[in-house]
Amino acid sequence: MFKNLMSWIEYRLPFMDKMNLHVMQYPAPKNFNFWYFFGSLAMLVLVNQIVTGIWLTMNYEPSAEGAFASVEYIMRDVDYGWLLRYMHSTGASAFFVVVYLHMLRGMMYGSYQKPRELLWIFGMLIFLVLMAEAFMGYLLPWGQMSFWGAQVIIGIFGTIPFIGEDLTLWIRGDYVISGATLNRFFALHVIALPLVLVILVFLHIMALHEVGSNNPDGIDIKRDNDGTVEQTEADKKFTFHQYFTRGGKKVIVDAIPFHPYYTVKDLVGVAGFLLVFAWVIFFLPEGGGYFLEPPNFEAANPLKTPEHIAPVWYFTPFYAILRAIPHPFMGAVAMFAAIVALALLPWLDRGKVRSVRYRSGLHKVNLINFCISFVALGVLGVLPAEGVYTLLAQIFSFTYFGFFVLLFFYSKNENTKPLPVRVT
Amino acid sequence: MMKTLLSAVALLASSLAIAAGPAVPLDKAPIDLTDKASLQNGARIFQNYCLGCHQMQYQRYSRTFADLDIPEELGMEHLMFTGEKVGDHITNNMSAKDGEKWFGATPPDLTNVARVRGPDWLYTYLRAFYADDSRPFGVNNEVFPMVGMPHVLQELQGVPSKTYETRLVDGEPKQVYVGIKTDGSGELSEEEYDRAIADLVNYMEYVGEPTKLEAHALGYKVMIFLLIFFVLAYLLKKEYWKDVH
Repeated sequence: MFKNLMSWIEYRLPFMDKMNLHVMQYPAPKNFNFWYFFGSLAMLVLVNQIVTGIWLTMNYEPSAEGAFASVEYIMRDVDYGWLLRYMHSTGASAFFVVVYLHMLRGMMYGSYQKPRELLWIFGMLIFLVLMAEAFMGYLLPWGQMSFWGAQVIIGIFGTIPFIGEDLTLWIRGDYVISGATLNRFFALHVIALPLVLVILVFLHIMALHEVGSNNPDGIDIKRDNDGTVEQTEADKKFTFHQYFTRGGKKVIVDAIPFHPYYTVKDLVGVAGFLLVFAWVIFFLPEGGGYFLEPPNFEAANPLKTPEHIAPVWYFTPFYAILRAIPHPFMGAVAMFAAIVALALLPWLDRGKVRSVRYRSGLHKVNLINFCISFVALGVLGVLPAEGVYTLLAQIFSFTYFGFFVLLFFYSKNENTKPLPVRVT
Repeated sequence: MMKTLLSAVALLASSLAIAAGPAVPLDKAPIDLTDKASLQNGARIFQNYCLGCHQMQYQRYSRTFADLDIPEELGMEHLMFTGEKVGDHITNNMSAKDGEKWFGATPPDLTNVARVRGPDWLYTYLRAFYADDSRPFGVNNEVFPMVGMPHVLQELQGVPSKTYETRLVDGEPKQVYVGIKTDGSGELSEEEYDRAIADLVNYMEYVGEPTKLEAHALGYKVMIFLLIFFVLAYLLKKEYWKDVH
C-alpha cells in the first residue's frame, strides 16, 4: 500500500531520485576538514533567523511610535520573547561569523577557481543581500544606534555625485529617517530580502552540486574515464548517482556519499556551534556591546546625536576603508571596490593550483596579509576616525587591496608544489 | 606569522579598551541580582525618589512585584502612590515638555538605563554629586559634568562637597583633591548611603533585563543538553566513519 503510494508519487515527481542525486548518492570528497563546517552552519543560522523572525513579527510593531516599545514588550511580556529576540540578534552576528569563515575557506583552498566561478558569484550575491538584510533589520528596534547607524549608511549613498541627494530621499521615503523608512525597511527585511536570500542559497547549492565540492587538496575527485584512473577498493564501496559518472565517462575517486557521512559529521559541527551560540544567547546576549550596542537600549532620538557612532562589527572592515579615504565619494567607491574585488577573485587569481597547501610561500604570506588587514580594518572601524587610527586604516586598506593586486601578478607564473594524485 | 597576526590584533584590541575608557575611574557596583532584600530596597528608593521625574515605562508593577517576591497587596500599599492598577507600567505624569523646561533636558526613561550606561557608571554617578553654587540646583556631578539633575538623594547623603587636603608633594605643601565628602547632615552614614545606592543600582540592573536570572538558569540546562548532544553526535560520527578510514 505504502509502496504503491510511493511509486505513484515517484512517477509524477521523482522525489527519491532527487534525494539520491543531492543527498544519499551525492559524492563528496572524503577529506573535508574543520573549515567545511561553515557552509552547513550558515544554513542552520539562516533557518534560525527565519523561524525566530517569524515569531518576532507576531509582536513587533513597525512604526516610529511603537517599534521600540514593542521590542521591550517582546523582552518583558511575551513568553520566551527575550529568548526569541536574543536568538535573532545573536543569530545576525553568528551569520556573519560563519559566512566570513566560509569565505576564508573558499580563499584558502581556491574554491572560487574554475569551474566554480558562478558558485562563488552566487556566494558573493548572498553576502551582499545578507549585508542589506542585516542593515535593515538593525533599524527595526528603533534604538539610538539603529537610527544613527542608518543615518550614516544611507548618507553613503548621498555622496554619489548628481543623484546622491535624490537617491537618499528615495531610500528613506522621507526627508529624514522616519516611520516611513522604518515601514519600508520592515517590508524589505521580512519579505523581499529573505525571499531573495533563500532563492540565492538554492542557486548556490544547485551550482555547487553541478560542479561538486572542492576540497583541502584542491584536486578533482571526478576524473575523465580514460583508463588511467585506478579506483581503490574504498572507491568501489559506494554507489553514486549515475548523473555524476555521466554514463561511465567519469570516474569518481576518494569520495563518500554526503549522507550519512557528512550529515553525521555536520551534526558534530552543529553541536559544537550551538554550544558557543547558546552560551552567548543565555550568558552574553549583548556580545560585549558588539552584538547589541549599549546606546541601542535607548529609543531613537533624532535630536540627540550619540557621542560615537559605530556600525555593527560585521560592517566595520568596510566602514574603515570608507573612512580611510579623505574624499567621501571616493571612500564609498573604495568600500564598494573592496567587495567587488572579492567577487572578482576567480579572474584575479590566474593560478592553476587551487589549495594554499601546494601554492607558493608568497601566496601564503599574501593570504595572511589579507586576514590581518581584514581583521585590523574591522577593529579600526569600531574606533573613532582620528589621528593614528586614520593612518592605520589607510595602511591596512592599502594592504587589503594589495592582496588582490599582488595575487593578479604572481599567480600567472607561480612557483607551486606538485599536486598529489589522490586526496591526502 | 600567526604570532605577528595575534600581536597586531592584541595591540589594536588594547587601544580599543583605552579609547572606550571613561574620564573618571568608575567604582565597581557591588550588586547581586539574587539578593531580593537589596532589590526590594532599590525599588523602594526608586519609587520614592526617582519616579517623580524618571519613568520605567516598559516595566509593569506586577512584574517587579512577582520577580522581587513582593506580595501584590503590600506592593500596592507601599510602592504605588497614585492609584494605578498593578498591571500598569511604572510611569509618572510629568510631560516631556515640562521636563525639558524645568531641567534643560527631559529626564530620561530609566527602564534600560543600566544597559545603556552600565551598573558601574550608575553606582559612581549617583555618588559623585558635589555642591557647586554656579549650577541652577546648587550641585554638579563629577561623572556627568553640568548634568541638569538635582541631587534628589541629598536628604539621605547630606551635602556632599569636593574636599582637598594639604599634602607634601615633592617637598612642597600642595592642595590635593581627595574626593567627595558629605557634611554628615543626611539620614544615612557614608557606608549606608553607598549601600542604598548599590541597592538602587541593583534594582535598575534588574529592570534593564528582568529575565537575566531565568536566562542563566535555562542556559545551564541547555548547555548540559548540548554537551551530551555533542558527545553523542561525535560517537555517531565515529561509528559511521569507520567505513571510510
